[in-house]
Formats: sequence, C-alpha cells, structure tokens
Amino acid sequence: MKRFALLACAAAMAVSGCSTAGGGSGTASASDARGAALGADGRVPYASTYQRYPGRPTALVGATVFDGRGGRIENGTVLFRDGEVVAVGDASLSTDGYDRIDGAGKFVTPGVIDIHSHLGDYPTPSVEAHSDGNEATSPMTPEVWAEHSVWPQDPGFTRALANGGVTALQILPGSANLTGGRSVTLKNVSARTVQGMKFPGAPYGMKMACGENPKRVYGSKGRMPSTRMGNFAVNRQMWLDAQAYDGEKRDLGKETLKGVLDGEILIHNHCYRADEMALVIDMAKEMGYKVTAFHHAVEAYKIGDLLRENDICSAIWADWYGFKMESYDGILENAALLQKAGACVVIHSDDANGIQRLNQEAAKAQAAGRRLGMDIPDAEVVGWFTYNAAKAMGIGEMTGSLEAGKMADVVLWNGDPLSVYSRPEKVWIDGALMYDAMDRTRRPVSDFELGQPGEGDVK
Amino acid sequence: MSKASKRLSPLGAVGIALGLAGAFVGHAANAQDVAITGVTVATGDGSEPVENGAVLVRGGRVVYAGPASGMPATGGVTAVDGQGAWVTPGIVAAVTTLGLLDVGGVGESNDSSARNSPFSAALDVAPIVNPNSQHILVHRAAGITRAATTTSPSASIFGGQGAIIDLGADPDAVMRPRAFQMVTLGEQGGRIAGGSRAAAHVLFRNALREAMTLGDDARIPGRSSERPETDLGDDVPIDPRLSGEYAERAGDVLLTRFDASALVPVVRGEQMLLVAVERASDIRSVLALKQEFPRLDLVLVGASEGWLVAQDIAAAGVPVIADGLDDLPQNFEELAATQSNIGRLAAAGVTVAINASAMENPRNLNQYAGNLVALGRVPGASGLTWGQALASITSVPARILGLEGRAGTLSRGAAGDLVMWDGDPLELGSTPTRVFIDGVEQPLDNHQSKLKERYLDIERGDLPKGYVW
Repeated sequence: MKRFALLACAAAMAVSGCSTAGGGSGTASASDARGAALGADGRVPYASTYQRYPGRPTALVGATVFDGRGGRIENGTVLFRDGEVVAVGDASLSTDGYDRIDGAGKFVTPGVIDIHSHLGDYPTPSVEAHSDGNEATSPMTPEVWAEHSVWPQDPGFTRALANGGVTALQILPGSANLTGGRSVTLKNVSARTVQGMKFPGAPYGMKMACGENPKRVYGSKGRMPSTRMGNFAVNRQMWLDAQAYDGEKRDLGKETLKGVLDGEILIHNHCYRADEMALVIDMAKEMGYKVTAFHHAVEAYKIGDLLRENDICSAIWADWYGFKMESYDGILENAALLQKAGACVVIHSDDANGIQRLNQEAAKAQAAGRRLGMDIPDAEVVGWFTYNAAKAMGIGEMTGSLEAGKMADVVLWNGDPLSVYSRPEKVWIDGALMYDAMDRTRRPVSDFELGQPGEGDVK
Repeated sequence: MSKASKRLSPLGAVGIALGLAGAFVGHAANAQDVAITGVTVATGDGSEPVENGAVLVRGGRVVYAGPASGMPATGGVTAVDGQGAWVTPGIVAAVTTLGLLDVGGVGESNDSSARNSPFSAALDVAPIVNPNSQHILVHRAAGITRAATTTSPSASIFGGQGAIIDLGADPDAVMRPRAFQMVTLGEQGGRIAGGSRAAAHVLFRNALREAMTLGDDARIPGRSSERPETDLGDDVPIDPRLSGEYAERAGDVLLTRFDASALVPVVRGEQMLLVAVERASDIRSVLALKQEFPRLDLVLVGASEGWLVAQDIAAAGVPVIADGLDDLPQNFEELAATQSNIGRLAAAGVTVAINASAMENPRNLNQYAGNLVALGRVPGASGLTWGQALASITSVPARILGLEGRAGTLSRGAAGDLVMWDGDPLELGSTPTRVFIDGVEQPLDNHQSKLKERYLDIERGDLPKGYVW
C-alpha cells in the first residue's frame, strides 16, 4: 500500500529526462567511453570493468523468434556462442556443436532494454538515505554523473531481470533540475561495483527536464527558474556559456555540455507537453545540439510529424496520465499514433515495478492502436522495448536485436511476450545464462536481501 | 456537442451528492432490460468462463448468466448477439480515491487527504465525491463499475470514512456512505503518530477508548484487558485504566468530539475498519486487536508480508485487500514482498482481493489479475486460477465491502453491472465495448477519447485543431 495516493504517485516519482541521439555505433571496448576526459593516469575515468560470464554454445530451437527489428520467424533457430549471436534463422540451421533448448510453444526476443530507470540511484528500500537521484541544489548540474549514485545492490535489478527480462538499462538522474547530469548505461548483471555493471562502449547520456518539476523545485526556493520561461532562459544561458568553454581549465559541467555539443553525449529530455517539446527542439537548433529522445512524452501524439522530421524518439508509458498537470492529456493511443506518424516509439518505465512489465505495457499500447484500426505487427511492437530503446541509447549496433555478431542478450519467454500470461523462462546476457525460472540457483539475490525474510524467493 | 460539457458542473454535483447521500442503490428507473447471447460469460464467482453463454438483466438486476442452454425466456426483450465477446460483472475497485481528485499533483483539485485538518476519523467523503471527475469517466470506460473511495491518513493515523460508489453517469455516485473507516498502523502510522509504531498503537487504543466512553450507549461488551488470572512471572499486565470501562476520559481527551463519534460504529463493529499494514509482525498485532476489541470488523489492506502469516490471517477470518504485484522491499516493512503473496494467501484460505491503491491507476486491475494467472506457470510461484483471478477484482472485493451477491457477480438478483469486452478481460489491451451499471448502459467517452479523436489525423486542415470537437 505504498502508493496510497493512487493517482498521484507518479507525480512524486516522475523524475527523468533523457536524450536520444539516434546514432551510436560504438564498438564494445571498455576504454573508449566517449565524452569523458582522461584522468591523470591517462585512462578513461570510472571505466567499465564488466566482463561477460561463461556460457555454453546454445541453440534455441522451435520457438517463435522476434528479432527486435521487425522480423518474425516461426519455428525459428537462434544460435549463440562466446557471448555473441552466431545466426538467426529457420529450422534448417544446423545446431551441431550447440546445446539445444527446445523452445516449442515458446518465444524468443532480444533482451529487454529500459531507456529510463532509476534503479540504483533511487533504490529500494526507498528510504531517505537512499535518495540519490536528484542533486536538487542547483537547476543546472551537468557536472554530476548518475553512476556515482548507483547502488549495485538495489534489489530492483534482480526483479527487472527475472520478471522483466531486462538485460540493459539506462540509469538517469532525476528531473528536479533542468540539467540533471550524466546518465549511465548498465548491463543488468549483478556486480560488486557499478563499474562492474557499466555497459562497455555505451555513450553517455545527459538528462534534461522541461516543465513543472524544475520550476516547482527552484521556484519554491525563491530562485530562478520559477516559470517555464525561466526554465528556458536558464537553459539557453547555460548553452551559451558552454559554447564559450575552451577547456583550458577543466570544468566538469562544461565538459559534459561540450560533449553534448560535439554529439558524443546524447540528450534524454524529460518533457510531457507537445508545445514544450517543440520549443526544446528549437532551442536545440539554436544552440547546436540534438535531442535524442523525449521521455515521459505523454503528448507526443500531438506532434508526431515534428518528432519524425527531427528524428527524435518518444520514450513513453502505455497509460500513465493525470497524476500531474502536464500529464493530463495522456492517452492510451500515444504509441500507436506516433507509429502512424512514422516517429520512433520506445516504451520506458521510470519505475522499479513498471520495468518488470515493459512487454505488457507495449502490448496495451498496441491494442489501443488495434482499436483505431491500426494493425501494428507484434514484431514491430517488440522493437519498442528492445531495438528502439537500444538505438536511442546509442547501443543499437551492439545489442537490442538478434543479429549475427551482436551481443547474445536473449530472453526465452514461456509464451507470447505480448500476453499477460507469459513470463521470462530464461535470460542470457552476453551468452551467459543469468536467470532461469526452472533453476533457483540461477536467480541473483542482492546483498541487502541475504538473511532477510523472503531471501531467494520467487519474487 | 460534447456530452461532457453538458454534464453538471462539479459544484452542482457536490450539492446533489449531498442530497442523495444515503439514498443508495439501483435507481432502476432508467434501467434497460438487456439480453445478450453468443458471448463467453464469466460470472466472477471464481468459476471458469463459459463459452456460448447468455445473460439476462431485467429491472436493473441480473436474472440469468450462464450457458445459453439455460437461458430463461426473455419476456419480449430482444436478445443482442454478442458475436463472441466476453461478458463479466463490472470490476470492483478497492481501495481508491476515485471521485476525490482531478489531478494528483494539483493540490487545489485534490481532496484525497487533509493534512492540515483538525479532523481525521470524522472526515466523510460522501458529500465530496464528484461523479464528473475524469478519473471516474476513464475508469468506467475501463470496466470498473463500483469502488471503495476514501481519504487517506495524513494528519492522523485515521484516514476517515470511505464510501462505496458506483461509476455511473448520473449525479448519485454514493451507493453507501460511511461504509468503512481507514487506519494506518505500520511504518506510516508510526511516523504520523509521532515517530514510532508504539505511538500509533497507543493512539489507536486511546481513540477507540474515547469512542467507547463517549456515551453509555457507545460502550462495547467484551473488554478484555483485565488483570490476567494467571501470573505469568515477570509479565506486567496492561493497566486496566488504559482500556475498557475502567478508563477515565477526563483530562486526557485527544480526539475531537467529531472524531470520537465517528469511531463509535467502529468499536461496535457496525462499520468496517480497513487497516493499512504490511509487515508480518504488524499484521499479527492487528489480528490481536480482536482480543481487546472483539467487535472490530477488520480488513487488512496492503499486507505485502501477509504470506508469512497466512495461517493466522485465515484463522482470524480477516479478509485482505492485498497489493497485487509488489515484489520489492520498498521499505523495511515489505522485505518479504512477492508477487506470490496473493496466491499463497488464497491457498491458505484467506479471502483476498487485489488492492487497487497499490498500482499506478486502478484501471489496470484486470492486468494485475492476469499476472496472477501467469504465476501459475512459474515454478515455485503461487498464483490464481483464471476464475479466482477475475473473482479477486469482482466478487471478492464486493464481498469484503459488504456487497456480497449485490455487486461483482452475475448471480441472480445482483445489480445489473455488466461489461462486454472485446477479448479475454484479463488479457493485455482487452477493452470494454459496452458497460452497464444497474442495467443502465453507460457512455464511454471522456477527455481521453476526445483527444484521441482530435489527433487521429495531425495533418493541417482548413481550420486549427481547436475546431475539431
């Protein structure tokens, strides 16, 4: 009963802001994280130390395969070994040398990816001592990095894996600030350190936020911004100052902003209202950066054309609405109408519970389209919580789809992932079996939960 | 042009709700007689759905729901061919704030708690439910036909007196005013009461004692805090002056007279007491209250760790409105939270409904119920059968709220609350195509449906979008 104020809860929690820059190729190397100045030791600071765990050469056979990019294969075969997808095809693929897993009646998708999470920086238990997502002491904090707040023992990571099939996720600072700081993209693999979870080669993102939150937080402190026009004024001056940064004396915040202006750091912009998104698009043009994704874009359906023309993804819930003024016009058809306009759809969570059901949220959004007479194929809808998310996080060339050479981030579902009756049965990350519903020893338990009631339970 | 614009202003609606509060149920005057055949019928009583079923509603009440072969004569009512649609009873949402707010984050529009009020238990939502609230319209379109709605504890551990409402498009939303009282006794209760659960328990006992002593006729029998006959060694019994008829009122009154009066029906067991509590040990303490106040009509709300004490809850015969899918240690009182909670409680014989207040919005009750079915296929997990899952959002919450046989079911004589769905009602995206409340077909349009229609086509037209309505 944590959320007694039913329809109000999201308002309090909804802090986010992301960017998407589409692009992002990136080779998986721990040493080339873009947008970070080298340290005194000549190395990338806080570099990923993630290493994949061992896995068996595996052949998933007989399942319906959604490849994440619109492809669907009945009675398909997915082969992976040494951490990579080797081949995806029909039943004619040879499985010699692979452990065969019978997927008859089951479904295979790429690992689920959440572009908007606060796991680790707003972890559970959500006590005050854990409130590390908003550096709400200045409306502009481009100098903070979410990874310095992430608690890798957040039990929420394990739920996202077991119930949601989540294999990668972007952790963002909150939305109290106009400019909230750098995001970090993680592999959803239990580790002792955040560096042990960092997705090798993922670009940084920077969180920005429109609208009510920044003006409320700072207006109530009697300082700028206290209005939407104040929001823009503060932002524009910040960009002007960043443009003038010469790098001679290091400035953490300006290094991040410069990274954005140089196209190395992707903007993830929390923004609900259509009119405000349109203003942000113009601000980006004025200042010379690109918005990769609008997050919580509940009114994106009103400007699908503008979003398509500017190559901006909308990261959205299926049905959250009405919890704050700027979410008043949320409708179930948001995703479908964006799809109709040819704009990019990403289903996100912003929530430690919602991240466990991104597939379900996508299915609800698909059904809303069906009622409009739009038949959005299941294989496209799977892309809303796999490839499209990866693309907008700049890791689309490494993961997010089942294609030869990509990371073997794979979910075997015990039924259609767009049905409420299905759950992940097995989840592989880089080819290693990290969750198995059939084997309770393949279920991570965070340090926090050891020795507690319910330790190791199904959850 | 717009139906919504013709509805009563919120101010007018409040006045009317006031006037009718207490009148209640089934203004069958507008009720249609409805006969539907060719549908899959699920009655909400825990049974599995029946294909090729039929439903008959007359005079606002259910006459028949079951296999078409058993359909009685419709008495001249023309049967509608449902063409394979599904029919269920309307969903019953407990606990909610439906009708009490427009926008959660907009304080001016939000009546769901009263942090700065001198009153707590006496708060009564009956006069303030707004049937024109968009949340009521949106949830009606999602197949929710009745709800328990209440203010939440904030200034005090007592939240106030909640009502049972219907979501019909008419002025008299309140079906049963003052149906229950709400109290929070766990972590939240401790914080509100002064910083400790101990303070919450003392405050609670003091409050009930003040209610008991408010007047002679308010005294309840069964006081049980006399000095125990058996000496338990070092145990110090509760001083009798802290409880029961020995308690003295003078000099230490903490409740306003209104609040104390509002708790009289609670101590008498005439009004349900919903107790928000999560931790296993807190649940045990709540169950133990029955020894001290034997007439309490307890319902647990939340109960994330209920499965750890399922046998105790079952033995006490206390029903639970339990969080459906919470599986995180959201705080230290929910360390053992698991999605299997409800399944385990049900298996232990507990009467358990899904708690609408533990989700982003209650219109997803059917999705949550479907998830509990999914758990049946996960090794080691406990879920519900499909029939049980539907019951957990229809007949079971209705029964817990004292509406057994009257709502949340398609049994004969129940209110004619029908929902026709375009598919399996527990499946993602299945949506009501028609909704009836008390046999009256309901409009399903609202702010959201109007927005959808306006923005179906975003091409520039001869006039701005503002003219499309």
